[in-house]
Amino acid sequence: MFEFCLPAILGGKCIPSAALFGQLLIGLINGSFYALLSLGLAVIFGMLNIINFAHGAQYMLGAFTAYLLLQLTGLGYWPALVIAPIVVGITGIIVERTMLQWLYKLDHLYGLLLTFGIALILEGVVRNKYGSAGLPYTLPDSLRGGQNLGFMFLPNYRAWVIGASLVVCFGTWFIIERTRLGAYLRAATENPTLVRAFGINVPRMITLTYGFGVALAAFAGVMAAPIYNVSPQMGSELIIVVFAVVVIGGMGSILGAIFTGFGLGVIEGLTKVFFPEASNTVIFVIMAIVLLVRPAGLFGRRA
Amino acid sequence: MLDRVSGALLEISDLQAWYGESHILHGATLHVNEGEVVTLLGRNGAGKTTTLKSIMGIVGKRTGSVKFEGRELIRLSSDAIARAGIAFCPEERGIFASLDVEENLMLPPQVRTGGLSREQIFDLFPNLRERLKSQGTKLSGGEQQMLAIGRILRTGARLLLLDEPTEGLAPVIIQQIGNTIRKLKEQGFTILLVEQNFRFASTVADRYYIMEHGKVIDEFANSELNQNLEKLHEYLGV
Repeated sequence: MFEFCLPAILGGKCIPSAALFGQLLIGLINGSFYALLSLGLAVIFGMLNIINFAHGAQYMLGAFTAYLLLQLTGLGYWPALVIAPIVVGITGIIVERTMLQWLYKLDHLYGLLLTFGIALILEGVVRNKYGSAGLPYTLPDSLRGGQNLGFMFLPNYRAWVIGASLVVCFGTWFIIERTRLGAYLRAATENPTLVRAFGINVPRMITLTYGFGVALAAFAGVMAAPIYNVSPQMGSELIIVVFAVVVIGGMGSILGAIFTGFGLGVIEGLTKVFFPEASNTVIFVIMAIVLLVRPAGLFGRRA
Repeated sequence: MLDRVSGALLEISDLQAWYGESHILHGATLHVNEGEVVTLLGRNGAGKTTTLKSIMGIVGKRTGSVKFEGRELIRLSSDAIARAGIAFCPEERGIFASLDVEENLMLPPQVRTGGLSREQIFDLFPNLRERLKSQGTKLSGGEQQMLAIGRILRTGARLLLLDEPTEGLAPVIIQQIGNTIRKLKEQGFTILLVEQNFRFASTVADRYYIMEHGKVIDEFANSELNQNLEKLHEYLGV
């Protein structure tokens, strides 16, 4: 066991390695959820020009769908990881077709207000039915236990969450930046009218993109279910931080969402170790500084 | 007016179009036969670009009739019109900044067989071969125009709508675009061209339509150009 000490000028505080790496791990776990959620927001904003305030509620719906699948049908974590994103993604497609599609040509504010309203309704309905207290969701048997790395104990489930998030995030980045489908998406973000005049069904692509972004939120929700309690407000607690992550990374930037999500999770975790009083505000302080110095965000393009 | 050729590839009649409340086309009627290069001429604001956009279905509202290969397109969405076999190259070229040259070139999907291969496109526009990994908007104006035309040649569309392809280009590039249009005509492409540069249009066109106030007001063949020069100067204000 060894210790990490801050320089004297920063107070000289010393922290045991297990505590430091433990917080670093928690930071990476939070960062995984920040990255997954801000990635979905970035994809949706880039393509639809909609600030999807319902994203937190859709994350919560993912966790609740997993919970209900287990309670009502006995289907556990692994099937839920596939089924819940599909089910919640389909609800997203319905929302896009019936409501959001009428707002694309209007100011961002309309989309924000509509999705905020949807979030309040979803949260309210779930709270009415299941109450505010969290509901437990058990770890899958195959991911119980952990590994002793010498300097810290690494629970298997948390390692899985970080690994799966990295794979999903960079898989999404690869599809958008390196494939023909991604080229359609990027081109349609710039000039949807022309892309449509090339023979590509842009409205269908927009609908599926929203469905995919919502499914990403639900996927994060299922992964979060065994770590946090499944509760109606689990999304609203997270979404404010996620929006700060998106602003810091740059609205609509895929890489920005991924790097900033993981990076800020780690910074938040380290702040909890060395300066706990600031841990709840550090992300917002960073956001304020980034907005002053680089208003388009760290990875964003200037308008 | 010239006699209408029955079974024209594109037949437009009484085409009206609006941008919001603004009524732009007031009943344009024209046709394009297979293998022809037809040029729409007219002063700024006459409705030439709107005619192309109305054919492609990218104006706010349109009425009348647009028939391609005998099939009515007026109620179809622009993606369905493109898949019917019409390709559009816009005035502003529409090169995507977030895509490199290769991605821009490969973007429009093939809607029919018989489109040009990459190599055939590079034979027409050798500059593109060397710039494949450059960002699309980093190309010169001429190269961007070549890219904008090149990418629609891949699609297999047999009718090309080209909106002012020479705008803002150097004479040497204009000459190259002219050569390309003649080669495309030789290969059997049908082209409806909007052009302000009459000198350029006269080197490639088989027929001309003159537009004014959103209508076609005159029409003549290239072989009748000399008899109509005075009238043309009056129409175009040159």
